[in-house]
Amino acid sequence: MAGGQTNRLDSGGLIDRSAPLNFRFDGKTFSGFQGDTLASALIANGVKLVGRSFKYHRPRGILTAGSEEPNALVELRTGARREPNTKATTAELYEGLEAASQNRWPSLRHDVMSVNQLFAPIFVAGFYYKTFMWPAKFWEAVYEPAIRRAAGLGRAAGVADPDHYDKAWAHCDVLVAGSGPAGLAAALAAGRSGARVILCEEDFSPGGRLLSDGGTIEGLPAAEWLSRTLAELATLPDVRIMTRTTLFGVYDGGTYGAIERVNDHLPSPPEHQVRQRLWRIVARRCVVAAGAIERPIVFAGNDTPSVMMASAMRTYVARYAATPAKRIALFTNNEDGWRTVEIALGAGLQIAAVIDARPDVSPAHRSLASKGGFPVLHGSVSGVDGGKDGVKKIAVSLTGGARAEVEADGLAVSGGWNPAVGLTSYHRGRPKWLDDIAAFVPDGAPPGMVAVGAANGAFGLGACLAQGFAAGSAAAHDAGHSGKAGTAPVADDEAFSLTPLWHVAGKGKAFVDYQHDVTASDIELAQREGFESVEHLKRYTTLGMATDQGKTSNVAGLAIMAAVSGRSIPETGTTIYRPPYVPVAIGAFAGHHRDETFHATRLTPSHHWAAEQGAVFVDTGLWKRAQWYPRAGEKDWLESVTREVSAVRGGVGFCDVSTLGKIDVHGADAGAFLDRVYINTFSNLAVGKARYGLMLREDGMVYDDGTTSRLAEDHYFLTTTTAKAGLVMQHLEFCRQVLFPELDVQLTSVSDQWAQFSIAGPKTRDLLKEIVDPAEDLSNEGFPFMGAREVRLRGGIKARLFRISFSGEMAFEISVPARFGDAMARNLMLAGAPFGVTPYGTEALGVMRVEKGHIAGPELSGTTTAADLGLGKMMSTKKDFIGRVMAGREALVAPDRQVVVGIKPVDKARRLRSGAHIIPKGQTPGPGNDQGYVTSVCFSPTSDQWIGLGLVERGRERMGEIVHAHDPLRGEDYDVELCNPVFYDPDGGRQRG
Amino acid sequence: MRIVCPFCGERELGEFTYLGDAKPVRPAAGASEDEVFDYVYLRDNVAGETSEYWYHGGGCRTWLKIARNTLTHEISSVEPAAGAGAAKVGA
Amino acid sequence: MKYSIFSLARAALSGHKNWQRTWRDATPKDRYDVVIIGGGGHGLATAWFLASEYGIRNVAVLEKGWIGSGNAGRNTTIIRSNYGLPGNTGFYELSMKLWERMEQDLNYNTMVSQRGVINLYHSDAQRDAYARRGNTMRINGIDAELLDLAAVKKMIPFLNFDNARFPVQGGLLQRRGGTARHDAVVWGYAHAASALGVDIIQNCEVTGFTRDANGKVTGVETSRGKISAGKVGMAVAGSSSRVAAMAGLRLPIESHVLQAFVSEAIKPLIPGVMTFGAGHFYVSQSDKGGLVFGGDIDGYNSYAQRGNMPVMEDVCEGGMALMPMIGRVRLLRQWGGIMDMSMDGSPIIDKTPVDGLYLNAGWCYGGFKATPGSGFVFAHLLARDQSHEEAVRFRLDRFRTGAMIDEKGQGAQPNLH
Repeated sequence: MAGGQTNRLDSGGLIDRSAPLNFRFDGKTFSGFQGDTLASALIANGVKLVGRSFKYHRPRGILTAGSEEPNALVELRTGARREPNTKATTAELYEGLEAASQNRWPSLRHDVMSVNQLFAPIFVAGFYYKTFMWPAKFWEAVYEPAIRRAAGLGRAAGVADPDHYDKAWAHCDVLVAGSGPAGLAAALAAGRSGARVILCEEDFSPGGRLLSDGGTIEGLPAAEWLSRTLAELATLPDVRIMTRTTLFGVYDGGTYGAIERVNDHLPSPPEHQVRQRLWRIVARRCVVAAGAIERPIVFAGNDTPSVMMASAMRTYVARYAATPAKRIALFTNNEDGWRTVEIALGAGLQIAAVIDARPDVSPAHRSLASKGGFPVLHGSVSGVDGGKDGVKKIAVSLTGGARAEVEADGLAVSGGWNPAVGLTSYHRGRPKWLDDIAAFVPDGAPPGMVAVGAANGAFGLGACLAQGFAAGSAAAHDAGHSGKAGTAPVADDEAFSLTPLWHVAGKGKAFVDYQHDVTASDIELAQREGFESVEHLKRYTTLGMATDQGKTSNVAGLAIMAAVSGRSIPETGTTIYRPPYVPVAIGAFAGHHRDETFHATRLTPSHHWAAEQGAVFVDTGLWKRAQWYPRAGEKDWLESVTREVSAVRGGVGFCDVSTLGKIDVHGADAGAFLDRVYINTFSNLAVGKARYGLMLREDGMVYDDGTTSRLAEDHYFLTTTTAKAGLVMQHLEFCRQVLFPELDVQLTSVSDQWAQFSIAGPKTRDLLKEIVDPAEDLSNEGFPFMGAREVRLRGGIKARLFRISFSGEMAFEISVPARFGDAMARNLMLAGAPFGVTPYGTEALGVMRVEKGHIAGPELSGTTTAADLGLGKMMSTKKDFIGRVMAGREALVAPDRQVVVGIKPVDKARRLRSGAHIIPKGQTPGPGNDQGYVTSVCFSPTSDQWIGLGLVERGRERMGEIVHAHDPLRGEDYDVELCNPVFYDPDGGRQRG
Repeated sequence: MRIVCPFCGERELGEFTYLGDAKPVRPAAGASEDEVFDYVYLRDNVAGETSEYWYHGGGCRTWLKIARNTLTHEISSVEPAAGAGAAKVGA
Repeated sequence: MKYSIFSLARAALSGHKNWQRTWRDATPKDRYDVVIIGGGGHGLATAWFLASEYGIRNVAVLEKGWIGSGNAGRNTTIIRSNYGLPGNTGFYELSMKLWERMEQDLNYNTMVSQRGVINLYHSDAQRDAYARRGNTMRINGIDAELLDLAAVKKMIPFLNFDNARFPVQGGLLQRRGGTARHDAVVWGYAHAASALGVDIIQNCEVTGFTRDANGKVTGVETSRGKISAGKVGMAVAGSSSRVAAMAGLRLPIESHVLQAFVSEAIKPLIPGVMTFGAGHFYVSQSDKGGLVFGGDIDGYNSYAQRGNMPVMEDVCEGGMALMPMIGRVRLLRQWGGIMDMSMDGSPIIDKTPVDGLYLNAGWCYGGFKATPGSGFVFAHLLARDQSHEEAVRFRLDRFRTGAMIDEKGQGAQPNLH
């Protein structure tokens, strides 16, 4: 035996004895080998007690050797990498591994909460629905906090996951789930046929049961056939074997989800490598060879550490050379359980007895028993004497009523096998019951998928190989590959005889769902209380809802329900199978979409220049926009913004407005098209002119606004708001392609092609003259307000120039190809220096638009009509347009609607805040007099006070009225005056000047 | 779900945006409020085979008319909207 | 049998052999005063309020599968009354008040837990929208607080405050919001309604309506025979259009799939309910320890009760963006429900143009929190033939008149609500 590994066999197994590994469990140092799992290494070190159960805090050991493990859950790793609820049975051992037991205090051996077992008579299924109701306040204050503290299993790290995750796509003809004999045969056949094959195996070694059960294939020992097959698969050009990869779900269109544990077998991922990778695999066909899961038999004390599934027991012995017990008893109801006896004897272990629930055992096994010198008891296990340190004695009820006792330190249990029907059932298919194996098997599958081998209820080695090979070959053929697959590998089918046995009556708790402490009597109670539907059973008792997803418990649970409710198992049915097949780290689904890379970041053409200026940026959708440009000595944002506004109003400033959506509309019917999508008319817009437009949704509400310019007879250039850039394009394409296919019009999104700057202020023309070719006439006559045309800039670049104004000042917007955006910003600064040009950000832009009473996002809320916004007169009565008819509905033209109005505090020193509600003066606020709210505010340098816009009932008729701004959230109440929303230059002389 | 775009080939669901039932037809100019209400608001909301509009915004920007089963998500046909592409209807 | 710690203790002495069925397993009678189609939370609550508030006890609830098998058993269990528009505000607060007394009303622990609901905001515009909404709540007597960044950091310090793409700036908090144990709500209403004489009939699918010469609905045809009824109420969520079609009605509703997710159980990590404002993600932690979370609907009409990966990924991306500490927590189960998405995102509780047929639908993905309120006002409508004052705006004809209740401002496109 290797140092300290008291339960390690001297030879055998697939571990690498030349690579010893040290690890710690609950602070104690142990050693194992490369090729161990944490579970096998713990077993090799004689550790039996590994965890505590959810409710009763019962001591638990290791039940299985795979991802179905309900008991042996640990917190793996430490610090930020701590992973709660990690199955010791699938965690690969690595040097320095640290694991801790969970859900216990102060220690695993002495867990105070195990006192819960004393209350077990009360803590039955669903007991909490019947109590903790009085007094009402006590639920949140007393009961629930206590329950929450007691519940849960492991502890999450509580700090950001330091590792990275990847997401990737893969495409193949044939996807194979599982690399046992059936999966390997499928991959072989499909690969030989020339198909692109991906084979996913959740274990770190391919082979499935061949790794532990042995057998003979094509006359070769299983291990040899396995290595030959893997060698051949490696030579096939398009076969990819992905180990440590679990296929967890199947989605529409042949899309499969798989999780690859790329570096979980190392202490931490190597630098620049990911921890795990989420695969979206698109496959024409999928062969599910996911095997079967051995099921327990429910009997009193069946949760005692060192009671183990028979197949797990032999896996630990054969694959890991680790002995869970020295003197083993087997409790089986089927032939397959005996394989554990054969392997244990072969490893020199002692067999205490075989308790076989079947009426008879085969002559071969009978002679094995006499050779091995152990009794075969016909009957069942009715109780286990033991505890934290494992099984001591086993009570047996013999057929006929007599009792017997067996001394053993480990009990292997086999209640038969349940095919892994998850993947085949994830499209809400229900599996069907097969009497001869007393198990559910797939009954159909999502399109393109087929189950083979043990996953299909074929447990014999020969049948697995044959089914897998045939399915692999057929799948390749279906995917269009007709190469020669050759012949299927041949092996004998072992006999499989089983006498169904689900539950042995006895004294003491008999567990169905180990992790959630659901007992056979809980199921009986659920039935008594009317929770007979399996879905009710699951929800009432929590059966099958633990981290193992009921892989070992569901079928036993519903079989017991069937028995107590007098129905058959197929009548009782199964619950719906839900992905993922194994729990998957949330981080893997997110991939790199976290932190700064959660979403893409869009930078405006002048971003780098703005950053050089020290601009403060704001997120606007995916965009980063310059919000203001602080200068040394300015004490806060308001000072900077006020300076920017004053600079524009008094001189000239510019702002990058490239984020606006920009769409070129071409075609003979471009004008007619725009007439149908805007409420106002564009077909009569003169070439060289721009016009403000408003579009509605078909339900009559305002959708978006912007200016549209006519650059040629058959060419319009349309802008949208930043927020709706993509959506308006989609909407217009719908109008063009679906609603009005007869119109000759084409749309081109040019949002990213043009850098656009607003240049505003009385000195705008002075600045522009420095930029624009002197031949261009920028005079009021040559380029009047709402003029729009292409111009040549100094140096020859062509630009689009629009004389439009959002600020209310004399202003232009200029578009240059996006690649010149940065240069344009720098140029404007240089050329504008003599005029004191000032870059301004979105805040100053917003201030000037509020001062001018222009609507923007807060008013374009999707619930406002054109009339609400004061733009009702724009609605043409001479044509049809999107939204026209619905906009006429009675509630949308009602006189008491909330409409846009200006708002200013009566006390000029008062700050106005968005979101404050408007209440008539002198009234107590209540639902009956809540007349609207403040939508947009700013400090207006021009008005020298805070001003705002609001949506207020009959607001436009009430200008001059003093009302109350009510803002209980911020504890503010003050009088405001409703006023004209245009606070600045109401007759518009400045922008036309 | 994967959609075979007639222009781009088979693409992943994430490239497409859903609009809804393709059966309602926008009433012609001059239609009554009732007719437009029906078009805008009322839906058969079929459980089974249905025809619907999807937009290939992550690709060629074509509006597609897709026959799909709402019980199984199975897609039986994909065709471009009448006005898709550059050629005009009747031109 | 009254449920209490005392009855539990007594039952323990006899090995829990004497518990009765939580609700009677009824077989259909020939006639009921009211037949409710749909044994979900809303249908069962309606029956209980009919019996307890309005004295109408000759009531049947017909369920095609097992009670609670629809959205009542598939939601993320959140309760709140933080709505901003007239119609919704008062109704959801009525519902909240009924949540607050539910256990005592029903003698069933539905684990109503007011641990708080916080909607995080990430921009000035979002803050302003929440301020407007929070003030609406306060004006209607509903608790609401606008938290700034410092207050959010103090309350939920584990969010990503350091390197987020869209940094959290604050949140709108309703302390009375929280969660309830969804299945228990179904069982609690069934338990209490059954005790008052309501027949709960499972495995009974409605296949048609019986009508008289005037077209009035006189009952239903079911997989268990004809049942006549004075009035028939529909509370079938995602199946609303299918059932309404049997009466020749078309509704302003589409059915969409919404996915939900639960993680493995872990020790307490998250105190209340949080919604991410820069993506589609909301989360709470169940008493058992699982993180229960969800996001946006998949976006296409569906009756399949299962979703696809893009939305799964989107939801987890939101989760990781908000709290990257959950990266190593594992997603345990994923499922989907059929949402009755209405054309303005708000519910419909009204008579229908078909005499004798009453509609309770259009809950979008907000139906769970409405359960007691929905039952209360639907019972009122069925009993009195007129809308309860808190449900007068949930009219079916509001789409025709233009009086929509559109919280999100998305208009007549159900998948955007």
